[in-house]
Amino acid sequence: MGYQFNTETFNKVLLKLQQEYRIFAPKRFVLEGAFSDTDSIRYDEVSSLEEMELKEKSSHSFKEALIPASETLFYFTEDYVREANPTSKSSILFLRSCDIHALKRLDEIYLHNGGEDYFYKRLRENLKIFLIGCPSSFQNCFCVDMESNVSTEYDAAINFHEDSLLVDCKNPDWIQIMEENALEKLSVEPEYVTQNQVHVTIPSDLSSSVAKSSLWKEYDSRCIACGRCNYSCPTCTCFTMQDIFYTDNGKAGERRRVQASCMVDGFTDVAGGGSYRKTYGERMRFKVLHKVLDYKERFGYHMCVGCGRCDDVCPEYISFSNAINKLDEMTKEVSEQ
Amino acid sequence: MITNEYIPFSSRILDITKHTAIEYTFRMEYEGKVRPGQFFEVSIPKYGEAPISVSGIGQGYVELTIRRVGKVTEEIFEHYKGDSLLMRGPYGNGFNLDDYRGKELVIVAGGTGLSPVRGVIDYFATHPQEVKSLTVIAGFKTPGDILFFQDISRWKKTANVILTVDCGEADFECQIGLVTEYLPQLTFTDISNTAAIVVGPPPMMKFTCLGLLDISIPEENIWISQERKMCCGIGKCGHCKINDVYVCVDGPVFNYTKGKTLID
Repeated sequence: MGYQFNTETFNKVLLKLQQEYRIFAPKRFVLEGAFSDTDSIRYDEVSSLEEMELKEKSSHSFKEALIPASETLFYFTEDYVREANPTSKSSILFLRSCDIHALKRLDEIYLHNGGEDYFYKRLRENLKIFLIGCPSSFQNCFCVDMESNVSTEYDAAINFHEDSLLVDCKNPDWIQIMEENALEKLSVEPEYVTQNQVHVTIPSDLSSSVAKSSLWKEYDSRCIACGRCNYSCPTCTCFTMQDIFYTDNGKAGERRRVQASCMVDGFTDVAGGGSYRKTYGERMRFKVLHKVLDYKERFGYHMCVGCGRCDDVCPEYISFSNAINKLDEMTKEVSEQ
Repeated sequence: MITNEYIPFSSRILDITKHTAIEYTFRMEYEGKVRPGQFFEVSIPKYGEAPISVSGIGQGYVELTIRRVGKVTEEIFEHYKGDSLLMRGPYGNGFNLDDYRGKELVIVAGGTGLSPVRGVIDYFATHPQEVKSLTVIAGFKTPGDILFFQDISRWKKTANVILTVDCGEADFECQIGLVTEYLPQLTFTDISNTAAIVVGPPPMMKFTCLGLLDISIPEENIWISQERKMCCGIGKCGHCKINDVYVCVDGPVFNYTKGKTLID
């Protein structure tokens, strides 16, 4: 069912929803961007429409709301371990279509690969989705080619324009709140992107033998292994365990998991000094093939959703979509060897 | 209600065997099913967790052979008999003994690689009638690095055991040379009924597998066990992913037909 709102009436809906939910949406942080004189747009808890930044793409993904950059798993003393308390409130996430597709990939790893993750599940169970309609493509997006431009997996969807807010609501529990505050009832279809400027083609005969291509070496010198691509990616799920203790002589502390990056030094280090993928080109190859080959071989669909955030944040202007488009040439190079 | 797999349980250290200055075997209290080749995440709060493979299984205990090489293992060495460690697991597939029953079995281990296969060797050395033959080639850097020396002596009663070191002095117990040097002298009555297990450092595994293929052992008869960084043990943290596999849930034991395709 569809409804029209203005800012004031939609804020009333948000206010009502906040009795039951915490609301997370993209928010603008002035001058906190990755480059000088740029803003950062990232997810944070909001209470009104004015706090949200819905006109631009967020530079960070929503994933911090489900897998925090640093998450305490349990507290310990010398002889006792206690699980960290869960938040009791449910959450609403404002997501674009590509991010709803990315959420499916997080679910795949955290709920289905090798059993359920306790901490993820308790947040995920109480999560509701508000789709942000995309009237047009942003820079570096290639969602159409990755088939993540359309999503129907939402509780409600919003087409956001200066003069009108159109909402499609599927969640029966929210219908009353919508009807009480809407200016008008009408049919609403979430807007979605049908055309990107950036296109990618994944070779149909792509195989892991492409790892032998010499073209990966380009990234040995271009990449600086900062890991921004991974930290901004909505489908990257890796983490590292970290133990913290509160005082130098204290016996109490906590175990956390913190987001990890396969591009950053130390990711594969084993005790005794061994490590794998020492060059940045090898790491780039590992990441690219995970996103458009390995994951699909395991789960049946591509990991990359084409949001282009990795391209947005790379300080060396490395383009992931270009890397995908080089796979054809690499495949040919390897087959001729 | 799903269980919280990340919360470790406390396990008492029952006994400690010191093999070398830096390698000890800890006998840990444990009730439950375990396979050789599986591993536990062993931790000490404040220092973190490390995946340690099971080197021995018995009534009410598992043995973990730990090498003092990282910050977690450093700290574990400071704990002794009577104390306890935090553990969770077991994780991974481990070795399936049925893959080796009735076969002419060769086990090649390098250094601490002997730990994960020790349970397999022990089983067939004490049940020699369950395999056609058993050959163990165990290689270490120097005589001072030899692990499970008493076990190796015991295995000699029922198995063909070759103990070798890279450098040092040869004696009647131990020869000089890399494990790969002994592969050409292996003989089999039926090459199709062979099975081989290779565990050790990556270069050793690579060249041993090539050596086994050279003596015509079919690649589907070879199994390897991989060591990788693992922060979760349950397919989440991503550190051990190679190609489309997660070593912690799909491995660490792989048939060579799969193992050879994995590119780090």
